Amino acid sequence: MTVAATEWDEERRSMTASSEIAVEITGMNKWFGEFHVLRDINLTVYRGERIVVCGPSGSGKSTLIRCINALESHQTGSIVVEGTALSSDIKNIDRIRSEVGMCFQHFNLFPHLSVLENCTLAPIWVRREPKKDAEDRAQYFLDRVKIGDQALKYPGQLSGGQQQRVAIARSLCMQPRIMLFDEPTSALDPEMIKEVLDVMVDLVETGMTMMVVTHEMGFARQVAHRVIFMDEGQIVEQNEPETFFNNPQSDRTKLFLSQILSH
Amino acid sequence: MKERLSVAFVAERQIPPAPPPAKTGGVVGWLRENLFSGIFNTVATLLSFAFVAYVLASVVPWLFLDSVWNASSLQECRKIDDGACLAVINERFLQFVFGFYPDGLRWRPVLAFALMFIAIWPALFASAPRKLLIFTGLYPLLAYWLIWGGSFWGPVGVLAGPVLGWACVRWLPGLMRGWLDERLVFLAAVGVGLLATVLWWLFGVTVFDDTLSAVLAVDLDSVESARLGGFLLSTIIGVSGIVGSLPVGIVLALGRQSNLLIIKACCVGFIEFIRGVPLITLLFVAWLLLAYFLPPGTEFDLILRVVIMVTAFASAYMAEVIRGGLAALPVGQYEAADSLGLDYWKSMQLIILPQALKVSIPGIVNTFIGLFKDTTLVIVIGLLDPVGLLQPIRADQNWNGIVWELYGFIALFFFIFCFAMSRYSMHLERNLDVGHR
Repeated sequence: MTVAATEWDEERRSMTASSEIAVEITGMNKWFGEFHVLRDINLTVYRGERIVVCGPSGSGKSTLIRCINALESHQTGSIVVEGTALSSDIKNIDRIRSEVGMCFQHFNLFPHLSVLENCTLAPIWVRREPKKDAEDRAQYFLDRVKIGDQALKYPGQLSGGQQQRVAIARSLCMQPRIMLFDEPTSALDPEMIKEVLDVMVDLVETGMTMMVVTHEMGFARQVAHRVIFMDEGQIVEQNEPETFFNNPQSDRTKLFLSQILSH
Repeated sequence: MKERLSVAFVAERQIPPAPPPAKTGGVVGWLRENLFSGIFNTVATLLSFAFVAYVLASVVPWLFLDSVWNASSLQECRKIDDGACLAVINERFLQFVFGFYPDGLRWRPVLAFALMFIAIWPALFASAPRKLLIFTGLYPLLAYWLIWGGSFWGPVGVLAGPVLGWACVRWLPGLMRGWLDERLVFLAAVGVGLLATVLWWLFGVTVFDDTLSAVLAVDLDSVESARLGGFLLSTIIGVSGIVGSLPVGIVLALGRQSNLLIIKACCVGFIEFIRGVPLITLLFVAWLLLAYFLPPGTEFDLILRVVIMVTAFASAYMAEVIRGGLAALPVGQYEAADSLGLDYWKSMQLIILPQALKVSIPGIVNTFIGLFKDTTLVIVIGLLDPVGLLQPIRADQNWNGIVWELYGFIALFFFIFCFAMSRYSMHLERNLDVGHR
């Protein structure tokens, strides 16, 4: 790492809108069996900050963001999300999950429920909102991701891009403070990638805290405050997008960038 | 080649959709496609038609044209005509339906049977009024009271047990909150609730029944289990087994997936044990051995014991069928449910089970049908199901030597039930199909 973590934090504080901490990861390690998948991760995410995580496959970037809402458990170190430490206490985990929205590579919509029901399910059953309120908000977010007219269809009747936009709306309906995106465009046809990225850019304008695992380097340049490059389970380099892309420091980063930007 | 072919091409207009050629559509097209699409298929079609015609030519006259409905013995039948001697079914019909249920009381099982359709309506069809589900919940006790008779307060007392248990779970945590750990409070309340229910069933119901009967007696003539038989018995065992095995099977399947070692071990043990043992053995256990294990003096009805065994047997198979459905779901569904903050029970109830059960419908109905037909095995422990009733009829001098008509009649009864289940499952699959992928 070219910049010491503390120095980096100081700089960040002046750059982002807020100095309040959204996620703080300290000395976190994770193993899958014998395999050391995340190695000594230290990362502070400030409110309103947008972070793009990239790296070769198997580098642990998906695992990292899945640890933040406890879809994966970590073995050592600590993760504090919006002031709540992730522990094995189920109530804690459920509370954090309802504050952290997540979009998956394969959308993971509920195929037996209509688009609207997909969006209202968690507000009604987790937040115990009245059905009417939940539906109104679902319709608002569906309109916002430009899919309001499909509310009564089932996920199986929509294209991949439309499904991913519904998935984003579904997460937003829980009014999360942080949104995690796990390769949201990797399973999409080229024509549909743009419509999903547009929705994400729109979300940027609301000031949402976002962590995005993606290979869309154009998106990273356009919206990220910070780009994190991971390899073999550790954070190899992080920087503002401008410097990260134009003047990468580590050899591993240079190699990675030359490979993905060359085609 | 005179001229180089050009690879460049631009479509000049959009081609509008056109209907398919006439040959492939319509009745003629269908016949051509499905029955006469080649020499081999044409020959096969003709042979099949010939076979069907041959079978019908012998069955139709035997069953419909030359059959005898009114006669008092097989000899008399044969004198009248040489078709099926359906007079035996005509004469013994009520025995086939009710067994030895007392004559004057037969309206009670008939009423119970009719009410059963009202009770299962909301469970089977989403269009039914939801309020009817309350009736569905009360129906088992009502049916029990109608069929076995006795004091009305008995079933009410049994119902009071779970209500008492529920009350414990609902109100006790509030009382205990001060001096117990938050999570233990709920567990303790459930434990107390279960204990209260069981104790009430063991000791409270009789007292409750006696007290209320002394105040206001609402009695139906009681009928012993030994008098139940025929299709009534098959239906009681079959329907109870079906209704019981689905929820128990779901719980076992979820238990088998559980991370909690003891729960998992119990479920795996139960499933593997039950699947490894023939049903007949379990029925003998119900008949002979259960009496040894129960505290002396407890009256435990034989039919109830059989129902419990049949339910346990079917639920082990059910659990494996549902486990298959659970395994078919992509792990993303579990993750999506988790990521929205749904707890285990809600994600099972709202996300996982609706999909897993849908996938499992063919297997579930398969198990139901198997269970329903297995009810004929109760003959080995002396219960008189329809097949059990055949022995006395065939031993009767008047009907000695009659076979086809009787077995055919019983087969028809089972076929109607099983076919109805099969059709319903197809209807359900169609209705639940909302264009996956």
